Amino acid sequence: MSYLEYTVKSVPTGLRKVLFLNWPLVLLISAVAGAGFLMLYSVAGGSYSPWAEPQMKRFALGLALMVGVGLVPIWMWRNLAGVAYGVSVILLIGVELFGEVGMGAQRWIDLGFFRLQPSEMTKITLVMFLAAYYDWLPAKKTSRPLWVLLPVLIIIVPTGLVVKQPDLGTAILLLTAGGGLMFLAGVHWAYFATVIAAGVAFVAAVFQSRGTDWQLIENYQFRRIDTFLDPGSDPLNTGYHIAQSKIALGSGGWTGRGFMQGTQSRLNFLPEKHTDFIFTTLAEEFGFVGGMSLLVLYGLIILFCIVSAIMNKDRFASLLTLGIALNFFLFFAVNMSMVMGMAPVVGVPLPLVSYGGSAMLVLMLAFGLVQSAHVHRPR
Amino acid sequence: MRRSRAETDAGHMKLSRRAALLGGAQLLFMGGLAARMRYLQVDQADQFRLLAEENRINIRLIPPVRGEIFDRNGMQLAKNVPSYRIVMVREDAGDFRTVMLRVADLINLSPEQTERALEELSDNSAPFLPVTIAEDVSWDAVSAVSVNTPALPGVSPEVGSTRVYPRGSDFAHVVGRVGRVSPKDLEALENPDAVLRIPRFQIGKINVEAREEALLRGVAGTRQVEVNATGRVMRELERREGQSGADLQLTIDANLQNYVQARLSGESAAVVILDCEKGDIVANCSAPSYDPNLFIGGILSRDYDPLLNDIYRPLVNKTVQGAYPPGSCFKMMTAMAAIEAGIIGPDETVYCPGHLEVGGRRFHCWKRAGHGWVDLETSLKSSCDVYYYDLALKVGIEKISAMSNRFGLGIKHDLALSSVNSGLTPTKDWKLRQRGEDWVIGDTVNASIGQGFMLATPMQLAIMTARLATGREITPRLIKSVNGVEQPVKGNDPLDMRDSNLRKMRKSMYSVVNDRRGTAYRSRIIADGLRMAGKTGTSQVRSAVVNNSQVPWEQRDHALFVGFAPYDAPKYACAVLVEHGGGGSSVAAPIARDVMLQALYGGEPPLEAYPTADRGRIKTQQRRLRDVKPDARIKKGKDQA
Repeated sequence: MSYLEYTVKSVPTGLRKVLFLNWPLVLLISAVAGAGFLMLYSVAGGSYSPWAEPQMKRFALGLALMVGVGLVPIWMWRNLAGVAYGVSVILLIGVELFGEVGMGAQRWIDLGFFRLQPSEMTKITLVMFLAAYYDWLPAKKTSRPLWVLLPVLIIIVPTGLVVKQPDLGTAILLLTAGGGLMFLAGVHWAYFATVIAAGVAFVAAVFQSRGTDWQLIENYQFRRIDTFLDPGSDPLNTGYHIAQSKIALGSGGWTGRGFMQGTQSRLNFLPEKHTDFIFTTLAEEFGFVGGMSLLVLYGLIILFCIVSAIMNKDRFASLLTLGIALNFFLFFAVNMSMVMGMAPVVGVPLPLVSYGGSAMLVLMLAFGLVQSAHVHRPR
Repeated sequence: MRRSRAETDAGHMKLSRRAALLGGAQLLFMGGLAARMRYLQVDQADQFRLLAEENRINIRLIPPVRGEIFDRNGMQLAKNVPSYRIVMVREDAGDFRTVMLRVADLINLSPEQTERALEELSDNSAPFLPVTIAEDVSWDAVSAVSVNTPALPGVSPEVGSTRVYPRGSDFAHVVGRVGRVSPKDLEALENPDAVLRIPRFQIGKINVEAREEALLRGVAGTRQVEVNATGRVMRELERREGQSGADLQLTIDANLQNYVQARLSGESAAVVILDCEKGDIVANCSAPSYDPNLFIGGILSRDYDPLLNDIYRPLVNKTVQGAYPPGSCFKMMTAMAAIEAGIIGPDETVYCPGHLEVGGRRFHCWKRAGHGWVDLETSLKSSCDVYYYDLALKVGIEKISAMSNRFGLGIKHDLALSSVNSGLTPTKDWKLRQRGEDWVIGDTVNASIGQGFMLATPMQLAIMTARLATGREITPRLIKSVNGVEQPVKGNDPLDMRDSNLRKMRKSMYSVVNDRRGTAYRSRIIADGLRMAGKTGTSQVRSAVVNNSQVPWEQRDHALFVGFAPYDAPKYACAVLVEHGGGGSSVAAPIARDVMLQALYGGEPPLEAYPTADRGRIKTQQRRLRDVKPDARIKKGKDQA
């Protein structure tokens, strides 16, 4: 509705839209993905198989998907937001009932040709739906309790389902992204202060509950926290990975050992060297300079998203862009903190770099939405 | 609804402000990441580079020493003996196949052993963990490997330990056995202890070894070592000591267990002896048994098949896994239910004409001619059935079942043994639920003499007898102490039943054994102060009454006996079951007398304890059973230097 305030005339139409894509963003994304291909090529011992080649194909598909999504008018996506959110919640319930169990958690539905991870999808649909909600809601009502409660419920439902899988990492990402969007939409400070205080109390309760009948999180999650606080307590599993990951990173030095010269990541001490721990390889082979470069690329992606959002007068488009940027930020921030021993080991991949189909496609889809917002901004 | 331009602009201003704020926070966090990266890669680079250059950190597990198991007098039942093995760390070996073939050649491994080791080495999950490639090897092999270390990267000899059961077959059904962790074991655990991932690590598989695994296993220690490119340990960086498993002391008396097991040889039988003071299980025997040492390190099918196919079922622990119709041994429960409910006095009589008509069906007494007028004592000692039919019809199945539950029947007792059976004390509800049929009066009649649906394990029968003998809620105890700390005695509270009734019951049981017309008179003990009281039982396996010697073994009656001694100050209670053994008085009672005397004397009893007529036969038997060694094939330690 707010969109109609502006003139639609100057919005490009047809294939001319391609010229109005946020091309710097496309280049940045491709650069990051390119770094990913290099690393996957390297960890496979200088070979396109088994990881680099499929990853490249997926990225090509992702690029096409991004452009395709970007050409669809943003108001179409806004109208679809509710449906998308509903479908993801239903799929989350479905995965609870019929999902395949992997690594002790129910996370995907096997569709035969593709493993659908509803929790991945939810990261985007939640942000979409919240953005649509705040677009619809008059600004005056934003901070009224009832209108605050509603988005809280919208966030809690999928988060609860994801916690049940149990996938604590994704749940925290959902919660943070949802909260961030509420903050962006202008919900009053006091709410956040209250929730943060309650969160601190909850964490205390979680630790109090340990070992009792009403234990709030799973034992393996407790152990991950233990390992984080004292990596030596579980030296054969996660503690071992963190210790080795730090050695690999540290031995990279300023400029690294050179492409394909990393000894630490080449030795098979990290079972997840091509997925969650891929940053160690990069940092070992390209050193501080390489690691910083990736971080700068990530930072620029965030920056371009924020600028695009601020320039955009459409509230939905603006909120959606910021929400997706926040999601993206959370991905790499959590992954890098984990690899550098600053956060517990939760299964979060390094976006656009780690090997993996589901996460890559969902991310490219999200950037498609960012492109759509950019192309169809009111002028 | 349309929004005013002003409102929209205000909203956008706020959004932009907050976007900038959040963007700033993100930037700040990225700054933190950059700082951390700088710290690790620049400030600490030298240290990490040093660690990474030629030495690498490797983590080795120190397997915990498994707790040992002793009998009540400190005799060893399960111990650890050192054994040498050769291990390989795959990621240090490089081309592990070539190295493996070299090792196989050097110490003469069989092709199967090599094959199996290669298979284990191919497991990708933890290439940094040592894999056992040859077990139980000789000292010569150890030295051969040590000398050739340069040609064998990643390979090293290790001293480990293996489990040995010095008492062999005597304790297979108590101590149980250990075995290698199987993939199935690992799957059953939600988050298995890292130590279990060491291939060929031994864990308890059945009985005490399995049920007390948590106590016995201990906690693995770890050592962080620096290894060079070939996997040779350069130095130890850090060591976290593990914790040995706890030593367990059982309540079993190994000598008594040995005697009972020998006495039962040739039968398919079970004997439980309980101490009447604390409920200690002093003997828990199931015959035939098997040698648990055969299972350690994998049993060969040439040893396993005979065990599996034996109709006497040596692998089954009949004392707790076998549920049998208790037969006449159950009559005490029917009587207790009736006299506690006040339905009949212990001295009131019932007429036994040799049968009872119930609901148009005739239920026979074992003595077709009938017993005439009988009271509690005479009915028990001559094992009259009609008396109990009559009582059961008056008191009803619900009260009988409830009473037997109070005496420990139909209840799953918490014992550190595998597959403990709860037996069955049927009720109307149970039959409707389980079978979808109504309870009929004939079911009550059958249950009154321990037939029909009624099932009990020898362990439960021994508990029942101990409770009758003491009037206290004796609860069996198998673990006497853990690491020298005495374990609590559970239960042991008074049963809260009329003392006069219990006394009358005991007196009746005394008559069964010591009265000239008692069914177990021939198995009495004549030593003063050690007199035994008890009850025989013969439970039918099939319905038609035929002479036992004329039917195949598996259709013959089970022979049972429960008893306690000494009569006036009960010290031990026992239950004897001989599967398809025939009559309780002729088969089970003599075994009970022998094992009880052995327990009471703490060794071989003098012949004077037996009636004069039996002494000749007993003397021969004693000579035969003296020093029967348990069957144990323990591998001798191989020529260790």
